[in-house]
Amino acid sequence: MAEVEIRAVSKAFKSRTGTTQAVSGLSLTIGHGEFVALLGPTGAGKTTTLRLVAGLEAPDNGSIRIDGRDVTGEAPADRDVAFVFQQYSLYPHLTVFENMAFALRAPTRRVPEAEIRAKVEQVARLLHIEAKLNNKATQLSGGQMQRVAIGRALVRSPAIYLMDEPLSSLDAKLRGEMRLELKRIQTDLGATILYVTHDQTEAMTMASRIGVIEAGRLMQIGTPREIYENPVNAYVAARLGQPAINLLPADIFAGVPHGARTIGARTEHLTIARGGGAVCATVTRIEHLGDQSYLHLDLGGQPVVTLSDPEAELRAGDAVSLGLRNPLFFDAAGRRLAA
Amino acid sequence: MTVAAHSVVDPTPRTRRFAGALVIVYAVITMIPLAWIFLTSFKSPDDAISYPPKIIFQPSLEGYCNLFTTRSRQTPDFIQTLGPPQGMCDDIARSRNMVIAGPSNYLPRFVNSLIIAFGSTVLAVALGTLSAYGFSRFRVPLKEDLLFFILSTRMMPPIAVAIPIYLMYRAVGLSDTRLGMILLYTSVNVSLAVWLLKGFIDEIPREYEEAAMIDGYTRFQAFVRVVLPQATTGIAATAIFCLIFAWNEYAFAVLLTSGNAQTSPPFIPIIIGEGGQDWPAVAAGTTLFLVPIVVFTVLLRKHLLRGITFGAVRK
Repeated sequence: MAEVEIRAVSKAFKSRTGTTQAVSGLSLTIGHGEFVALLGPTGAGKTTTLRLVAGLEAPDNGSIRIDGRDVTGEAPADRDVAFVFQQYSLYPHLTVFENMAFALRAPTRRVPEAEIRAKVEQVARLLHIEAKLNNKATQLSGGQMQRVAIGRALVRSPAIYLMDEPLSSLDAKLRGEMRLELKRIQTDLGATILYVTHDQTEAMTMASRIGVIEAGRLMQIGTPREIYENPVNAYVAARLGQPAINLLPADIFAGVPHGARTIGARTEHLTIARGGGAVCATVTRIEHLGDQSYLHLDLGGQPVVTLSDPEAELRAGDAVSLGLRNPLFFDAAGRRLAA
Repeated sequence: MTVAAHSVVDPTPRTRRFAGALVIVYAVITMIPLAWIFLTSFKSPDDAISYPPKIIFQPSLEGYCNLFTTRSRQTPDFIQTLGPPQGMCDDIARSRNMVIAGPSNYLPRFVNSLIIAFGSTVLAVALGTLSAYGFSRFRVPLKEDLLFFILSTRMMPPIAVAIPIYLMYRAVGLSDTRLGMILLYTSVNVSLAVWLLKGFIDEIPREYEEAAMIDGYTRFQAFVRVVLPQATTGIAATAIFCLIFAWNEYAFAVLLTSGNAQTSPPFIPIIIGEGGQDWPAVAAGTTLFLVPIVVFTVLLRKHLLRGITFGAVRK
């Protein structure tokens, strides 16, 4: 395990239709034993960043250091990294054991066969797949496949594990289980992980720090709490929170700081009272999710979504008054303003 | 009236019976000539040309004997002076007042066919796999144009270039050599191999190789350990197509080979018996000629059936 440093890295892809700037001037340091999640939508440059660290792509500018060594020009095999792909991560023509042993059997590594067997069996126990070792990779369920894919990386002890949405092809229940398990394994091994996801829950629950990426730029990096409570701009604020933050025009409410154009209001920033008030809204719909309810409001044509107390007994068509409680303010460019 | 429940996507029993009948009719039409050749190979020369054709006849191995031997006519008196016949073929020959003079050229021609067809298939598939991989995975300058050029080599009938090739081969000493025929068939087949295999390799996700390369393998090792095992379907299908072409090829073989490197196709039809074509021997030669392709195809049929979709539904 080691420290990985990405310094001002840029990468553009040229195609017939033009040039796409996938990553621009991205700098990030992943400390020893740290779990960093890169969060962003599809096409934001998360996967490209991961591939740059792995050496599957060469950066146009900038450098990558692993444990203080500049690896920018090195082949993937020489970088001492392990990669878990989103899918296609197992070789269908090999058994589970052979899949997991594949990296250790690389000609350059020359690990004795007895040691390979011991290591694979140890990791298989860690992932609870020891009974499946002699199965063909194609005979596994989705969850087992993804365990094996993670196991393929775990049999090595690389400087860093690079994971590209490893849980996104699993169903919701399995994803929840694997999240816990992956975090447990990371803590047990003290592994350094750079983890790419578009799922805010994965980022929030597993990462020690989250980096929010948009259009190839790192918008903000910080602990999940920092990112949630102190987003630097409206974009980062919109990435986290369920239901998503309500971005409302500043002139709806009184007492807004000078220069604020947008108010960012999450559920905890909104107070709702029955009947009319200074700021009035109409209930348009209530979604009951069991333990909680999504309350959809119409605020002078502006939709607002918040959580409602199931006991509030509001109905569609009811009038409510809205109030603010320490919301976030953003200027015309979307930058955060001090309240 | 009751209507039996049936699925909308499954064919109805009527469609099924009709399709089955169609397949059987087609199979019979294509199998009759093969069956006739097979039967003819066991007829005597007289039965082979009798009219009306005989379906019931006394089977004989004369065709096979004649295929593998050359014979010379002798007087009955001379034959009387010889010792007892040496085996079955000698017996048959003597009954027609002939003695076996030596082996025929069929076996060496058959061996030529095997060497040339399998040699060119191995070469075409090997070169095709490597270039298909290159075209599939790397940024090759003028890729589209090169692929079109490769395809365009198949746009004219190969025989159109027979005379230039004949002259070139004579100049460089490749005419009537096995190497020359292997190179020729390889160059015709390699375009087919590149295009077929590129389709198959495009279907194999790059992540497989990338994972191997991160795990400590070089690109070539990743190609051998990961790409090749997954391309076996495509490789098998391509190999069968290449082999069938090289095995059956007649026009170039007639033109460019005469003695040393002659293959079976130009040899079989010119097997001459006494007083004209020796039809049982020709039929025997043809029957044996079919065996390697049948064996090869049966061995690879599992791959061929999946491969015939050209990688479209691989997963």
